[in-house]
Amino acid sequence: MTVTAQQQTGTTVMTNVEAVRTTLHDALVRDDRVLIMGEDVGARGNVFLITKGFLEEFGAQRIIDTPLAEASIVGIAIGMAMEGLRPIAEIQFADFIYPAFNQIVGEAAKTRYRSNGDYTCPMVIRTPYGGGVRGALSHSVSIEALFYHVPGLTILAPSTPADIKGLLNAAIECPDPVLFLEHKKTYRSVKGEVPGGYYTIPIGKADVKKAGTHVTAVSYGYNLHQALEAANRLEGDGVSVEVIDLRSIRPMDKTTILDSVRKTRKLIIIHEDNKFGGIGAEISAMVAEEAFFELDAPIRRLAGPDVPAMGYALPLEEEFLVSTDQMADAMRELAKY
Amino acid sequence: MPKTTVTRGRELDRAGLSDEQLIAMLRNMLLQRQLDNRGFQLNRQGKIPFALGSEGHEAVQAGAAMAFERGADVLVPYYRDLGLALGVGMTAFEILSSLFARVTDRSMGRQFPNHYTNHDLGVLSISSIIAGHCTHAVGVAAAFKYRGEAGRAVLCTTGEGATSQGEWHESVNYAAVHALPIVFLVENNEWAISTPQDMQMHVANVADKAPAYGLPGAVCDGFSPIATYVSVHEALERARSGGGPAIVEAKCYRFLSHSTDDDDRTYRSREIIEERRKLDPVPRFEALLIDAGVIDEARAKSLKQDVLRETNEATDAAEAQAYPTPESLYTNVVAGDYRPWQEFQ
Repeated sequence: MTVTAQQQTGTTVMTNVEAVRTTLHDALVRDDRVLIMGEDVGARGNVFLITKGFLEEFGAQRIIDTPLAEASIVGIAIGMAMEGLRPIAEIQFADFIYPAFNQIVGEAAKTRYRSNGDYTCPMVIRTPYGGGVRGALSHSVSIEALFYHVPGLTILAPSTPADIKGLLNAAIECPDPVLFLEHKKTYRSVKGEVPGGYYTIPIGKADVKKAGTHVTAVSYGYNLHQALEAANRLEGDGVSVEVIDLRSIRPMDKTTILDSVRKTRKLIIIHEDNKFGGIGAEISAMVAEEAFFELDAPIRRLAGPDVPAMGYALPLEEEFLVSTDQMADAMRELAKY
Repeated sequence: MPKTTVTRGRELDRAGLSDEQLIAMLRNMLLQRQLDNRGFQLNRQGKIPFALGSEGHEAVQAGAAMAFERGADVLVPYYRDLGLALGVGMTAFEILSSLFARVTDRSMGRQFPNHYTNHDLGVLSISSIIAGHCTHAVGVAAAFKYRGEAGRAVLCTTGEGATSQGEWHESVNYAAVHALPIVFLVENNEWAISTPQDMQMHVANVADKAPAYGLPGAVCDGFSPIATYVSVHEALERARSGGGPAIVEAKCYRFLSHSTDDDDRTYRSREIIEERRKLDPVPRFEALLIDAGVIDEARAKSLKQDVLRETNEATDAAEAQAYPTPESLYTNVVAGDYRPWQEFQ
């Protein structure tokens, strides 16, 4: 896909990575307060080539190859945001975000609160996360659970090109800091139609990607696409699974989840991040608090194991990740209740 | 090397400062000391939970504040910058509202004392995490440069302990690479709570680190407001006119414990403090201005009465304010209503 101003009408089929790229491009065209900063985002055009050509088109003042230092990539973007710009800071891989933890949790998320609104921090931190790409311990992690405990932070994790465009636009518009997670395995493996023209998707709104009546499956990231495949397989066996794409991890959509669970009376939550203290724990607790007596089965969670990370060797990676077969089996088991 | 202020009779090296500016610096220093004392008094009276003093930093901050250009520059202070806050326009009432954690405090009683915010005056909101704010200061300077706002600069302050932090290094490095309009003022009081300078670094001066970043580094006498003004003014002027960043190190001393919760008798002797008190910048600057004929004894006395009255009035006025309501705990988490669980129709 070439970098051109997005057409105003009709839809375009593109991959997730192209959706990120064109949305960033259009934001740079639309608003000169927007600038992109990170490691290798300039001449190299980002390690996934997301910003390729941006340096030539927008100049080094707006496409900034930063020194190799994640804490200050985020910290300097915070200062820019407090001073009225709309920076988009990139952390090259989510695994590298730990040096910036204080800047995100202690500074960005608390700027509005600690100054009682005297200062705000409208910025986006984009980062590719997730495994299944032979990324080993430090190019595969999921980080959402480390951050979703933090009030003041918004966390988005869309999984389709159309959702990426709408939510990345919403993130850039958002008057508060947004952590924008892009599952790197979906970058080139997921393709879809994207509406032309500018649009946003409301932050905090989940999306029913497949309607169903017997089981509710909540997921996001690459797992979402596996869950959809598993659900489609089960259709042939007469098991109807409703698949909800969470899209927004903080805030989360109580209404869509509860409406679905009240209909199916069975819930499975699937995510790549490890299970203990993960996103599924909060969803389970909410559903248990709000709809316990409407459930026909115990809530099921299918998630990563309690080990530090997936290994480099293929069997270690495969063992860590939830397979589509495991999802289908779990959905089928749950439907029997 | 430090510029020294020569004090021989009326031969005051006033660095181009008018009588009015010199008196304003003295008044700032007197008010700092009065407010410092008030914070500790209120704490010992059980009226406030915490206070933190900047005794020994008065000259640095009065001098640096005089070099700050209101309406153009932005101050990104650290937590021991009472005099800078006052010098750029914050009031004793604001300071006391913060100490009492009353509704008239800008953060509405959320922030710890000495963690100022005042967007109107260009005082950036900070946290307590050392040197994290330096990156924000660089971001503000980057925004000035990006928008082509010549004539504006950022004054970012820290103690010497902050220069051990990675984020201080990252900030100075980034500012140097991009030639940003920012001055890193290090108020070297020799102590980071109980840890002395020689346990923080293996150089005699923080400014010695400047060449590693390709930046000018200056050391000035932080017990002299005029000397500090000269160094900070020169660095800010260069930054405002596109000459890039600098590190200015003002050598001062921390006369008090780190805070009302600290007891410095556990780690340093009384003798050394008494020795350093002999050079106390506040009476010394007062004597200098009298000696130079800028003020007379009567004016000096009236200035002191004036800041005491101002402090007393601000204390009474702030104490009379209401606490923030419990409901205010829930506001300004994010724009609009705070709901981690979204509900839709």
